Amino acid sequence: MTAVIETTSLSKHYPKGVRALDDVSIALEPNRIHALLGRNGAGKTTLMQLLTGQLVATSGDMRVLGDHPFENAQVLSQTCFIQESQKYPDGFRAQDVLAVARTLHPQWDEDLERQLIADFRLPTDRQIKKLSRGQLSAIGIVVGLASRAPVTFFDEPYLGLDAVARQLFYDHLLADFAEHPRTILLSTHLIDEVANLLEHVVVIDEGRVLIDADADELRGRAYDVSGRVDAVTAYVAGREVVAQQRMGGLANATVIGPIDAAARAELDAADLTTSPVSLQALVVHLTRTPELAAASR
Amino acid sequence: MLDDGKPLFQQIAEQLSNDILDGTYPEETAVPSTNELAQFLRINPATAGKGLNLLVDDGILYKKRGIGMFVATGARDRLVEARTRAFTHEFIAPMLREAAKLGITPGQLVHLIQEESA
Repeated sequence: MTAVIETTSLSKHYPKGVRALDDVSIALEPNRIHALLGRNGAGKTTLMQLLTGQLVATSGDMRVLGDHPFENAQVLSQTCFIQESQKYPDGFRAQDVLAVARTLHPQWDEDLERQLIADFRLPTDRQIKKLSRGQLSAIGIVVGLASRAPVTFFDEPYLGLDAVARQLFYDHLLADFAEHPRTILLSTHLIDEVANLLEHVVVIDEGRVLIDADADELRGRAYDVSGRVDAVTAYVAGREVVAQQRMGGLANATVIGPIDAAARAELDAADLTTSPVSLQALVVHLTRTPELAAASR
Repeated sequence: MLDDGKPLFQQIAEQLSNDILDGTYPEETAVPSTNELAQFLRINPATAGKGLNLLVDDGILYKKRGIGMFVATGARDRLVEARTRAFTHEFIAPMLREAAKLGITPGQLVHLIQEESA
């Protein structure tokens, strides 16, 4: 399958040696939900801004829908970028934003738009500056979903949204994605909430790609081991450990790697118990200690 | 219903297998579609599809073009057979390990099982 988004050694550097994005090469397949994860300042927004032609790269190359996105109306009409803190012109109401968005996105669906407005209880005729943070986010979500753009970027679209509204977003995203498959790139810190929606995950840290893998593969990439300190210590010797904790005579460790038959036998013999590591926990461990992430690849 | 341990698509396949075993989906009836599963379980449709296809590969489900997925005749027997083979490894071995830890002899264990099932 040809990638719908492809970057080759893409970099964005600023004066004083700031490397917002450094040598990023990724290929995202079409009609999948991809996640872009990483800590604040990791470069997630920079990457999305480059891919939507809002920034110019320092070096490297990129293709969105087969073409360079910068000042490319053909590509940009097929993409939708929902930014974390989108600014709107003074005096604009939600209905003004939606009217503009409707003209920008040829695949716009008005039925879906109406349904989303109702579900998010979005007041469309009130001035945007009078809306709550959550209602502001809801505007972005309505635009992002109703646009049905073949390539849709959501950059932390949930700020200020309560748990109910976030679940609404995830449910609508899944339902509409199932009916109208398209490429979604979602950046979020609420990894546990979206883990099951994802097919592919890119984690960046300090501008570089740490992980680029299918979500299923990541689910088995690490596991927690717990038991007596001496048994845990013996077991982890020679294995890749990303985190370790002790409490009295007990210890637990987060270990990289699948549990093969030999490891299973060793665990059972040493009376150690294992538990799965969530995607969120894995990302937290790896972005806290990036040198370990490199080793885990 | 779902946890992080195994690949999600495998968990989907196991869940559907359970439903076939307990008669929720009798043989020659339809199972939920990819999109129905995805929305109900709140998972990616591709993952749901992978789970269904795992059961197609095992001959538990079969596809009817344009209609959906159906439980194959003999699916239940095949599942019982496969689960029985896994029973020793998944249930009896861990039970024996725990028993040894507690100083319960195999003889006492047999007695406990008889008591419990009486």
